[in-house]
Amino acid sequence: MHSYRTTSKQKVFTYVGLSGLAVLLLAGFTASFLKSTGLFLGLGFISIGVIGYTFSSYSGLPVGIKNNGVWYQSLTSRGIIAWAVGVVLTAFYIVLYFYPEHLEGLIRLFDPLSEGLSGKKASQWFVYGVLYTLAIVLFGIKFIVKYKHSKYQKYRTYSVIFFQTIFAFLIPEIMARLNGDLPYYDLKSIWPLNYYLFDGYQLDGFLQNGSLGTALLIFGILSTLIITPILTYKFGKRWYCSWVCGCGGLAETAGDPFRQLSDKSLRAWKLERWMIHLILVWVFISTVGVVYSYLLQAPDSYLLGPKTFLISVGLLLCLVVGLILWKRRDWLAKDAQSSTIAISSVIVLLLGFFFFSESNRVLFIPSYQIRSAYGFFIGSIFSGVIGTGFYPILGNRVWCRFGCPMAAILGIQQKLFSKFKISTNGGQCISCGNCSAYCEMGIDVRAYAQREEPIKRASCVGCGICSAVCPRGVLRLES
Amino acid sequence: MNEKIVIIGNGVAGSTLALQLAEKGNASVTLISDESSYFFSRTALMYVYMGHLTKMQLEPFSRESWDQSPIQRIMARVLSITPEDNELSFQTSEGDVKQLPYDKLVIATGSKPAFYNWKGLEAKGVLGLYHLNDLEKLEKWAPNASACPEAIVIGGGLIGIELSEMLLSRQIKTTLIIRESFFWSSHLPESDAQFVEKQIRSHHINLIKEDELLEITADETGRVSSIQTKKGETISCNLVGITTGVRPNIEFLKTSGLELDKGILVDEYLKTSDPSIYAIGDCAQLRNPLSNRSAIEPVWYTGKLMGETLAQTFSGQPAPYKPGIWYNSAKFFDLEYQTYGKVSPKASQLKSEHHFHWETAEKAMTFAYDKKSEVFLGINTFGIRLNHRIVSGWIETGIPIQEVIDRLEEAHFDPEFSNRHYKQIKHAFIQNH
Repeated sequence: MHSYRTTSKQKVFTYVGLSGLAVLLLAGFTASFLKSTGLFLGLGFISIGVIGYTFSSYSGLPVGIKNNGVWYQSLTSRGIIAWAVGVVLTAFYIVLYFYPEHLEGLIRLFDPLSEGLSGKKASQWFVYGVLYTLAIVLFGIKFIVKYKHSKYQKYRTYSVIFFQTIFAFLIPEIMARLNGDLPYYDLKSIWPLNYYLFDGYQLDGFLQNGSLGTALLIFGILSTLIITPILTYKFGKRWYCSWVCGCGGLAETAGDPFRQLSDKSLRAWKLERWMIHLILVWVFISTVGVVYSYLLQAPDSYLLGPKTFLISVGLLLCLVVGLILWKRRDWLAKDAQSSTIAISSVIVLLLGFFFFSESNRVLFIPSYQIRSAYGFFIGSIFSGVIGTGFYPILGNRVWCRFGCPMAAILGIQQKLFSKFKISTNGGQCISCGNCSAYCEMGIDVRAYAQREEPIKRASCVGCGICSAVCPRGVLRLES
Repeated sequence: MNEKIVIIGNGVAGSTLALQLAEKGNASVTLISDESSYFFSRTALMYVYMGHLTKMQLEPFSRESWDQSPIQRIMARVLSITPEDNELSFQTSEGDVKQLPYDKLVIATGSKPAFYNWKGLEAKGVLGLYHLNDLEKLEKWAPNASACPEAIVIGGGLIGIELSEMLLSRQIKTTLIIRESFFWSSHLPESDAQFVEKQIRSHHINLIKEDELLEITADETGRVSSIQTKKGETISCNLVGITTGVRPNIEFLKTSGLELDKGILVDEYLKTSDPSIYAIGDCAQLRNPLSNRSAIEPVWYTGKLMGETLAQTFSGQPAPYKPGIWYNSAKFFDLEYQTYGKVSPKASQLKSEHHFHWETAEKAMTFAYDKKSEVFLGINTFGIRLNHRIVSGWIETGIPIQEVIDRLEEAHFDPEFSNRHYKQIKHAFIQNH
């Protein structure tokens, strides 16, 4: 029967998986050790470990919710093991982003695989990509077995595994093989999550690669402006955050054991709203600045002149904000309205600054510095080091909840014009708290359910776990 | 001056009332509990032992919100009330006895496990599952399968199932003994009961039917070692869980002069025999229950509804207690159960009520309808979630069973992509009808 103590089988497979990691590390440090055999041995042991652990945990059990002992196990209740895993993961991210030279041995180990795919030698990002994809696939399988009774859970996990392996991993590698100059482009990674999409070198890459490059650039712009709002209107932000996105994919699979660790306090909710929207402003300004300076270098070479660009961005922003404030004035709290006005005024002011100074400086700071600071603090430290490294301490959606500018945009769309909501079933709620506890976004779902109110929150990624763990069938995702 | 309202008991009935009164802000509210400082969800106690939730997560409202609310909370045990003086006396945890005057008093003291006079009840490792303390006892006597390899649960209601599921989560071998010939026969028709029994057995619970506890035997340390049943069996065990139902927790009112029966007798405005004293929740007994409904309904939903009703009365719009169409829900291990309206357990003995039962390996439904008029009366559903408002509406308006079967999909509330069985059900109904 279910256990909250690890069984001997589970232990064995945990050690097999860990030994896979150890093989990779050893082979990485002593480059001569095992060579490419080490790579396949390491990845093989990791795979056997995770899959074996999965089946020793769930096979033969009746279908249903498998949360026994979550708050008793060290790993899932911020115990010593959780801290240890957190420290190791964080250290890995710091080395990966800032000291990749220490990974040289490990990177060379991945050369055969990289050469087989793209014909190029492996980089630190290739290694990261392989491990990331493997994590989503393996822990995705674990998630599917754990929730085998729920088709919604299974389908969205198939989906994130598909988008990670095909779109994030294979297609860019193959594109690199076919056309070496095209920028590395994961089609599902949409601006502003993909904050470097409009960087100068990327734009060069797109524009110097004929119609394919131009088509990709146009697709990138349409993704943000047209495709995203339509899909969010129809399905809510879940279509992206828990069905397509790679960050969401890792959070839902490898991060699943940590979903209960999200902070449910009112204070955290307030912090979340400020942080995520200010980061959106930051990426917006830095992207506009980067594109503006790109256009300034050769003002007459593109269809879009630098000043026309600024004016159209400004007008579009005013139009969107104006529409929101007018059409949805009854939905927005006073403080939401005033901060929307304040923040958009600041943005327009900064745009004006660009315009009149004819330089790419924002209050004397060159825009490329704003952009690179964003890349450092948000792109690396927040989304990687904290976002994933702190899974076992802060929960699996810290980045998505407090940092991701894409989630911010989708959240605004979800709150203001989406058909998505979570319905509650009459008076059936017994206030048990499972929904709130297992909400990875820290939404106090119970607070709505016990008042028989539907849940329409900007942050909800539609993972559907609240509905799955509810012992009384109170919650239903709808769109 | 503000009216002084004192509420005894901070369960769902008492807390709902207190919070709604505080929101309206025209009375001074005092909430007394001897169990916990903060309202918690009693129905979810099981999830703490099973490790799904922490104790604090059982609390439906944050501690901060209670601390900021104008409700005065007292941790104390009420000893007695004196209606003539509009006063009660209570004892704090430090042992001080104090008096508290009130303008209006609300008794919401809930239930307590109904233990009969079995021999050996005082043995260590005998417990019920109701009070927050029971959780501590369980943690003490059944921390894991090596300290407690075998357990017996007496009584097969909803709490008996919950306790069995809890024990199983720690690999404790569990035997469930029920007096009846099928599970929860006071509420379920036989076909539904058999369906639930399959679920119970699939979780490797040893289910013994038509037997009863006779006495409990302890070892030399005073710890439970075995039980004897009425049929003469001796079963060794390390823990005995008694879940033979609950009864109103009203002993402290014996000398109060209030009219009592099994519970505190109340009228439709939830008023007791004393005009300034009210009773809500499990401890209240309606003098004139609605037809098809019990005088005492110890469930979460009715407690909450009584609290809401009384809050309205106290705010100057006297509201009679109108519980509407009966509903309840539970979970038998992994099997979700909802019930709406009236599905009589012994319909086969009734002339007027007819049942249509449908089941697959994982899911089942029983529809009850009037034999003559074919009007839909109620439904039990297992493993399929139905929309509360829609099904209640059908029962309220009294539509014919055929229409319910035809329109069943309108009440669909299962998660997206779930298998739909409405066509199969319709087909089975046509063949059966």
